Amino acid sequence: MTGSIAQVTPAWYLVLASVVFAIGAVGLLVRRNPLVMFMCVELMLNAVTLTFVTFSRMLNDVNGQTVVVFVLVVAAAEVVVGLGIIVALLRKQPTATADDLTVLKG
Amino acid sequence: MNLLEGLTPELVVFVLAGAVCIVGALGVVLNANPVHAALSLVATLFGVAVLFLAQEANFLAAVQIIVYAGAIVVLFLFVLMLLGVDRAEDLSIDALGRGQRVAAGIVGLGILALPLLALASTGGEATGARPPTTAPNAIDKTTPDINQLGESLFTTYLLAFELTSVLLVIAVVGAVVLARKVKRADYVEDPLVPTVSEAPR
Repeated sequence: MTGSIAQVTPAWYLVLASVVFAIGAVGLLVRRNPLVMFMCVELMLNAVTLTFVTFSRMLNDVNGQTVVVFVLVVAAAEVVVGLGIIVALLRKQPTATADDLTVLKG
Repeated sequence: MNLLEGLTPELVVFVLAGAVCIVGALGVVLNANPVHAALSLVATLFGVAVLFLAQEANFLAAVQIIVYAGAIVVLFLFVLMLLGVDRAEDLSIDALGRGQRVAAGIVGLGILALPLLALASTGGEATGARPPTTAPNAIDKTTPDINQLGESLFTTYLLAFELTSVLLVIAVVGAVVLARKVKRADYVEDPLVPTVSEAPR
């Protein structure tokens, strides 16, 4: 007989995704380096894609996986534009923190 | 009965990949050096890819490795290395005084508590939806997942797929505009661009 702990239910994946999402959110709030803040956003996006795949399996619906493809595309576009902004900022001021992004004000 | 009897392969994979995910996520937040944070991010992305594999999303696991670990993290490292901003950050500085980290911790615990409460209140289901039995988009175990994904992407979500191409073009144009050197170099304090007075004639 197998123990009851051996069953990996979809809820386990959802709990793991919430933990990763919370870590990413805290990192976004406490870190001051704009590049590291971007990495924390990537963590949060990945946690959400994990829930999408979990729900896709749980509800037996392939469209959950399709949404993950779109999340990937949006993440790639967002990183390209965000890193462009950060490069423009850091070139002027190599020690810039997130507070210095106010120079973007028109 | 021994202890190993309860260990199914899925449990082992979940525990190992989940541990890699959480350790990598903590590494991103806690590493002072941004290069180390980027490498910790790779660990998390890899763990998520393994969890995709464990849930039979084989194509997405491959895409996760190729696009995230192969392209996005490399882009991060390029920016770090090319701009020379890869020095360690002083983590003891708290930008808004002592209150910020406490507030961030409380917000993080709240963000963690909400989904956990939602899960607990629904008995681990988190949704009232029931798996469809004969829906057209139901996962068919006999065909590869990439076939079903492609069919869904190019039929149900065709308009959204076409719009992502517009989004990517806009992103590329935006990146080129943002990252180019400013022509009127005498108006900016840019250590990399010589001002008009000191430029070679």
